[in-house]
Amino acid sequence: MAAGGHSPLEQFEIKQLIPLNAGGVDISFTNSALWMVIAIAAATLLLTMGMRGRAMVPGRLQSLAELSYEFIANMIRDNAGSGGKPYFPFLFTLFFFILFCNLLGMIPYSFTPTSHIIVTFGMALVVFIGVTIIGFAKNGLGFIRLFVPSGVPIPLLFILVPIEIISYFVRPISLSLRLFANMMAGHTMLKVFGGFVISLGFVAGWAPLAFLVALTGLEIGIAMLQAYVFTILSCLYLHDALHPGH
Amino acid sequence: MPQLAAETFASQLIWLAITFVVLYLIMSRVVIPRIGGILEDREARIRGDLDKAEELKADADKAMAEYESRLAAARASAQGIIGEMKAEMAAETDKRRQEIDADLSKRQAEAESRIAEQRESALGSLDEVAKQATAAVLERLTGKADQDRVASAVGTVGEGR
Repeated sequence: MAAGGHSPLEQFEIKQLIPLNAGGVDISFTNSALWMVIAIAAATLLLTMGMRGRAMVPGRLQSLAELSYEFIANMIRDNAGSGGKPYFPFLFTLFFFILFCNLLGMIPYSFTPTSHIIVTFGMALVVFIGVTIIGFAKNGLGFIRLFVPSGVPIPLLFILVPIEIISYFVRPISLSLRLFANMMAGHTMLKVFGGFVISLGFVAGWAPLAFLVALTGLEIGIAMLQAYVFTILSCLYLHDALHPGH
Repeated sequence: MPQLAAETFASQLIWLAITFVVLYLIMSRVVIPRIGGILEDREARIRGDLDKAEELKADADKAMAEYESRLAAARASAQGIIGEMKAEMAAETDKRRQEIDADLSKRQAEAESRIAEQRESALGSLDEVAKQATAAVLERLTGKADQDRVASAVGTVGEGR
């Protein structure tokens, strides 16, 4: 990431580490896959290590694990409303998966799986399809009410209903693009300024270097924020599926 | 842009699915029950401790109430004893005073009767003294005294007293 001289987009290159092929489809173990594995290993390690003592009075790591548990639990209770509890494990996993992919991507020479649109779109699509299935399963055809805003005059509905439907189907795209674009833009910026540091050299390179340090801090903030945003939007979509019609 | 290299999509999606499902299983089977369990345990422990504290407080309140009621009873009985003692002492004093009063009036009456007696006797002997004195005066002045006349004269004077 800090090495200069190449295109800033080179860091997003997918490299095969172990070539694999299943029925003519390339499913090679790549650098992206490696960092996903590292991310889930790190998340598991942090949360199980923290809870190893199971102390009545928690230590630092256990506090962290408990706080994140309550953070996600509160998020679901506040945003998804009643009936959101069964989806807690999925949303907890989603948050930690994105968080660790984002944060580990900040390590120089690492790879950020979430900077690829196909990964974020895959997750967004799972959320979208899942939420749609839950909506129809819980409400039957009553789920259609979601597209009909209440208290609106009939003529306006001819305009509003198509808009609601379009905005519903745009959800997976906006959800995935937001995360992907934030990750890619951040890493590209870091790379570009890293290039400046090298090209300006020892004399004038200090200014972009200082900026780079600040930007790294900002990017770590964005890494956490985007994991939060992705999860909270999933909660809101879940709320729509559980309680349509308002 | 490497993100649009479609030939890598299948591998990325497959590995996303694998890692995500593995993480989901670890979280839902191990991590979440563990954290949830400890949170519940703690809540139960805290609630238990609070209940116990409440119980102990009720006990303490009860003991306090009992102490106060006993104290009040003791005070009341002390007041009763004091009142009794006071009444007793007042009765005793009254009795003593009455006795002394009676004694005094008896003695006064005795003294008065004695005075009256002595006065009587004094008055009785006064006549005799007066007769003798008169007789003696008469003898000196006249050389002789008629006892009978002296007695009647003194008697006459005594009448006028």
